[in-house]
Amino acid sequence: MNIYVDNAATTRMSDAAVAAMMPYMQSVYGNPSSLHTAGQEAAEALVTAREEMAALLGCEPREIIFTSGGSEADNQAIVSAARIGQRKGKKHIISSAFEHHAVLHTLKKLEKEGFEVTLLEVGSVGTVTAAQVAEAIREDTCLVTIMYANNEIGSVMPIAEIGAVCREKGVLFHTDAVQAAGHLAIDVKAQNIDMLSLSAHKFHGPKGVGALYVRKGILLTNLIEGGAQERGKRAGTENVPAIVGMAAAFKEACGLREQNAAYLTALRDKLIAGLSAIPHSVLNGDPENRLPGNVHFCFEGIEGESLLLLLDAKGICASSGSACTSGSLEPSHVLLAIGRPHEIAHGSLRLSLCPENTEEQVDYMLKAIPEVVAYLRGMSPVWRDMVEGRKEFIIK
Amino acid sequence: MALYSEKVMDHFQNPRNVGVIENADGIGEVGNARCGDIMKIYLKIDADVITDVKFETFGCGSAIASSSMATEMIKGKPLAEALQLTNKAVAEALDGLPPHKMHCSVLAEEAIKKAVQNYYDNNGIAYDPAEFPNCHDCEHCGM
Ligand SMILES: Cc1ncc(COP(=O)(O)O)c(C=O)c1O
Repeated sequence: MNIYVDNAATTRMSDAAVAAMMPYMQSVYGNPSSLHTAGQEAAEALVTAREEMAALLGCEPREIIFTSGGSEADNQAIVSAARIGQRKGKKHIISSAFEHHAVLHTLKKLEKEGFEVTLLEVGSVGTVTAAQVAEAIREDTCLVTIMYANNEIGSVMPIAEIGAVCREKGVLFHTDAVQAAGHLAIDVKAQNIDMLSLSAHKFHGPKGVGALYVRKGILLTNLIEGGAQERGKRAGTENVPAIVGMAAAFKEACGLREQNAAYLTALRDKLIAGLSAIPHSVLNGDPENRLPGNVHFCFEGIEGESLLLLLDAKGICASSGSACTSGSLEPSHVLLAIGRPHEIAHGSLRLSLCPENTEEQVDYMLKAIPEVVAYLRGMSPVWRDMVEGRKEFIIK
Repeated sequence: MALYSEKVMDHFQNPRNVGVIENADGIGEVGNARCGDIMKIYLKIDADVITDVKFETFGCGSAIASSSMATEMIKGKPLAEALQLTNKAVAEALDGLPPHKMHCSVLAEEAIKKAVQNYYDNNGIAYDPAEFPNCHDCEHCGM
C-alpha cells in the first residue's frame, strides 16, 4: 500500500494542470513583456489565466496579482493594508491565534514597527466568530486578517459573516484562503472579501505559484521592486507555465468541488469515526465546519514523530503538528491555541485526503493506525504511568 | 526517510530491550512529556555487573533508537564501564544523529546514570553526586 494523505502540505499535480503547462515550457516560451510574437503568445496565456482565475473567484481580471505562492500573497496583502492604515494613522490589526506563519510572522514584523496586533482566541473547537471580530474592531483598526480554513485542524471560519462585519465597519478584510481555494465555495464579492490569498499546489496545481485577489481601489505595496509586471505591483518575469497550470488546476477543482467534497466528507467521517474508537484520543478542530478532507487527532501517551515514521514504514504518508519533525521543541501553535497541553500536542496526527484516496485506503489506515498507536503506547513510560494510575489521563 | 541513518531506523523499528524489569535494582527516568521525550531505564545488577537492562521511551524516532542502542552498549558490562558511556558514543554507534536530535542521545546517557545512581541510593553505596546528571542543569526544554 502506498497512501499519500498529506494533501494539506501539498498535492500531486493533476493531469489537466500538467497538460496545460507543457506547451509553455518548450513551444510558447517567450517573455510576456516582449513585443515579438513569441512573447505576445505568452502574454495572451497570462490574460486567459487571469480571466479564468477571476471568473472562478467572482472578481475582475485586473483584481488578480500572480505571486510565488500563498506566503507571498499573505505578506503583500498584510503589508499593503498596514501601509494604507499607517497613512491614516490607523495602526491596529486583528487576526487570530492560529493563522499560518506567513501571516503571524508578517504581523510580528509590523508589531516591531509600532503596529498593535490583536490575535483573537479560537476556543477549544478552533474557530473565530463574526461577533468576536465586531467586538475587537476599533477606530484605529486598519485590517482584519482571518484564514478561511485552518491548515492543521481543518476548521472552516464563517468568512462571509466576518466579511459583512468588516464591510459595515469600513475595515479592510483579508483572508488566507490557501487551504480553502478549490475546496470550499469562494465568491469574493458576495463574501465581502477585500483581499484573498491562494496557492496552486494545494489544489493539484504546481508549487511556487499563487495569487492575490485585491479589490479595485486598494493600493498594493510592492514586496518586489523591478519591472512593470503585474501592473507594477509585483516585479519579475511571470512564471507563465506555472500560472497556466494553476488556472487549469483551479478550473478543474472548482468544477468538481461539490462532487469531491461529498466524496471526501464520507471518507473523512469514516476515518474520524474509526479513529475516535482508539481509547484516549481526541479529534481536533470543528467537527461540523470542517475541510472535507481533514482528519486531525491527538493520541495520549505517544509522540507524533515516531508515529509518523512507523506509519511511513507501512506506506502511509501523513503529517503531525509535532515539534520534533520541525526541529523545535515547541509543539504546534495551533494545538496550543485550542488549549491542548504540551503533553498532548506532541502526540498529533493529521491525515489530509484528496479525491485520489480510496475507501480501501481508509480501511487499511483504520487497521494500521490503531496498531501503531498501541505499539508505541506499549513502550511509553507515560502511558504506563496513566494505565497504572500514577498519573491522570488528560484525554478522557 | 533520509532524515535518519539506517542504524537509527533499524533500532527505532526493531528496538532492543524494550520493556520493564520487575524488581529492578535501579531505575532512572529523565526528560518530561512537556518537552516531548521521556526515557526510563531499568537495570538488573549482580556483583557490579549489569546483567539485564530494559527501557521505555516516549519520544521521537531518535529517542527510541538512542535508548535501544544505549541499552545494548551497557548490557553485560560492569557498572564502572556503563558509567563511562557518553552520548557521543551512542550517537556514533547509530552512525550519527541530526544536530537537533543530539539531545536524544544525551537523555540515554543520563537515564543510565540516573538508574545507576538509584541503585547506589537503594543500596547505601556512597558516590560523588557531581558525577551524576541533574535535570535542572540542562536547558533543553527551558523549564
Ligand atoms: C493556510 C496557509 N497559508 C499559507 C501557506 C503558504 O503557502 P505557500 O506554500 O504557497 O507559500 C500555506 C501552506 O503551506 C497554508 O496552509
